[in-house]
Amino acid sequence: MSHPIIALDNITVTFHQKKRTITAVNNVSVHIERGDVYGIVGYSGAGKSTLVRVINLLQEPTSGSVVVNDEVFFQSDAKTDKATRITSKNLRDRRRKIGMIFQHFNLLNERTVTENVAFALQHSPLSEKEKAQKVAELLDLVDLSDRAQQYPSQLSGGQKQRVAIARALANDPEILISDEATSALDPKTTNQILALLKKLNQELGLTIVLITHEMQAVKEVANKVAVMQDGEIIERGSLLDIFAQPKEQLTKEFIETATNIDKAIATIAGQPLVTNLQPNEIFVRLAYVGDTTDEPLIAGLFRDFNVTANILYGNIEVLQDTPVGSLLVILSGTSEQIKASISTLADHHVEVEILKGGQ
Amino acid sequence: MQTWFAHTFPNVVYQGWTGDTGWLTAITETLFMTFWSALFGGLLGLIFGIGLVITAPNGITPNRPLFWLFDKVVSIFRAVPFIILLAAIAPFTKLLVGTQIGTTAALVPLSLGVFPFYARQVQVALAEVDSGIVEAAQAVGASFWDIVFGVYLREGRSEIIRVSTVTLISLIGLTAMAGAIGAGGLGNMAISYGYNRFATDTTWVATLLVLIFVLIVQLVGDYLAKKLSHK
Repeated sequence: MSHPIIALDNITVTFHQKKRTITAVNNVSVHIERGDVYGIVGYSGAGKSTLVRVINLLQEPTSGSVVVNDEVFFQSDAKTDKATRITSKNLRDRRRKIGMIFQHFNLLNERTVTENVAFALQHSPLSEKEKAQKVAELLDLVDLSDRAQQYPSQLSGGQKQRVAIARALANDPEILISDEATSALDPKTTNQILALLKKLNQELGLTIVLITHEMQAVKEVANKVAVMQDGEIIERGSLLDIFAQPKEQLTKEFIETATNIDKAIATIAGQPLVTNLQPNEIFVRLAYVGDTTDEPLIAGLFRDFNVTANILYGNIEVLQDTPVGSLLVILSGTSEQIKASISTLADHHVEVEILKGGQ
Repeated sequence: MQTWFAHTFPNVVYQGWTGDTGWLTAITETLFMTFWSALFGGLLGLIFGIGLVITAPNGITPNRPLFWLFDKVVSIFRAVPFIILLAAIAPFTKLLVGTQIGTTAALVPLSLGVFPFYARQVQVALAEVDSGIVEAAQAVGASFWDIVFGVYLREGRSEIIRVSTVTLISLIGLTAMAGAIGAGGLGNMAISYGYNRFATDTTWVATLLVLIFVLIVQLVGDYLAKKLSHK
């Protein structure tokens, strides 16, 4: 295992409100490798934002350890109940190497696009001329050179977020934290921003921590995913594993929002073919990942078992260059034939879920 | 024209233009008091207003004792009616400027009278600066002073101009009371030479001059606030 660029260990964050104690993050450990696009998914209030704010200590944890780039930012000692933390001067310095973008962009309203980006360079060792050049390059990168002298209120949401990205990249960070950065944008703009993030990851090797409640966004760019609920990470893994074999109910819910398979099942289950399902038929969902799709399995079912397959719906996603598919199919044949074909499918790593019929 | 004026406003003309009781003197006194107490009171109010925002529990340097101190000082000074404050702090005024009567002496109570009002206004104005913007600034490694000057005061400047206008107008109101400790000004003109001597015309002209003064402040304030806002 390679060396993590971000290592959060046993992070707990509690807030005190009047006489109540709220645990926003409960003993969570996350290690993020250099070059990862790490998606953290969960509903509002799951603790995602609190967790990522721990990385640059915008939120100091109640206990746990935060190590970024091999440097200890924060470490609590359970025995003495004291914590060692990076000096505030060093922290300000290190924060410049951790870019951050937000749901509501958080641009300075009284500064132009250029001034907003330059704000991040206030303490940069660059000369004024180099700073101006850097700002121009960044605006070119996010394709906003023609808006340099405008104020944020004159820009669209997507443009504002691109300014925010330029600002976040001003000090050549190694890490970019995206806190629901696409949640306030329309789908088309969301895709543009995600494509930009992907490009930054691939071309600059930027490590990205992406928190969102939209599985769709994670699906586009992430290579690893963690699902958060009630301050804990309930499931984590590579994007493919999570999409192909989700274990927790919440994970499944999130994936369904990104694939629309649930809607398809609901629509198709209402059609005569399914409502009038014959005794020798079963309605199933087939799910598969990767190479399986290259084999003519469906045709094989008829050839080998004399089972006919009527495909009612199909969907193939390409995640991390690997196809992931879902088919809704009515299989017809004797119960033995169907049983045999299901076990053959399983042998080929196709997951079979019986939706109706076949008692 | 001149005879008509002298006929209609005999007491106004009687006051003269210069001299101890003249109009120019009164106008100058009002301007003098407004300017200097706006400067001192404004600065004090700004410091307290910023202090209240940054030491608040959700501020950038939460500090409970300091916040408590700022809050209580502002509340106490705001609670004292100005006309009483004028008299109550006379010994302190004497200590500070060597006298307790006259225009210069009035600057001390005027500054102390206006600063808590301004502090609260500044506090409200700065609280409107989105905490997300402050957080974004912290995320790019901005220092404490970067955030105070570069974020709070810069982002809140239009709002600060707006509340400054309101404060300045309220301060002009306070200078009218400063006549009670012999500070002169248009307020004193209206009361001592107008009202008390049944010289209604003097009262009206003094009032009109104060109104013009207030109107100018309002117009300039509105213009600047609008010009400096890009929201």
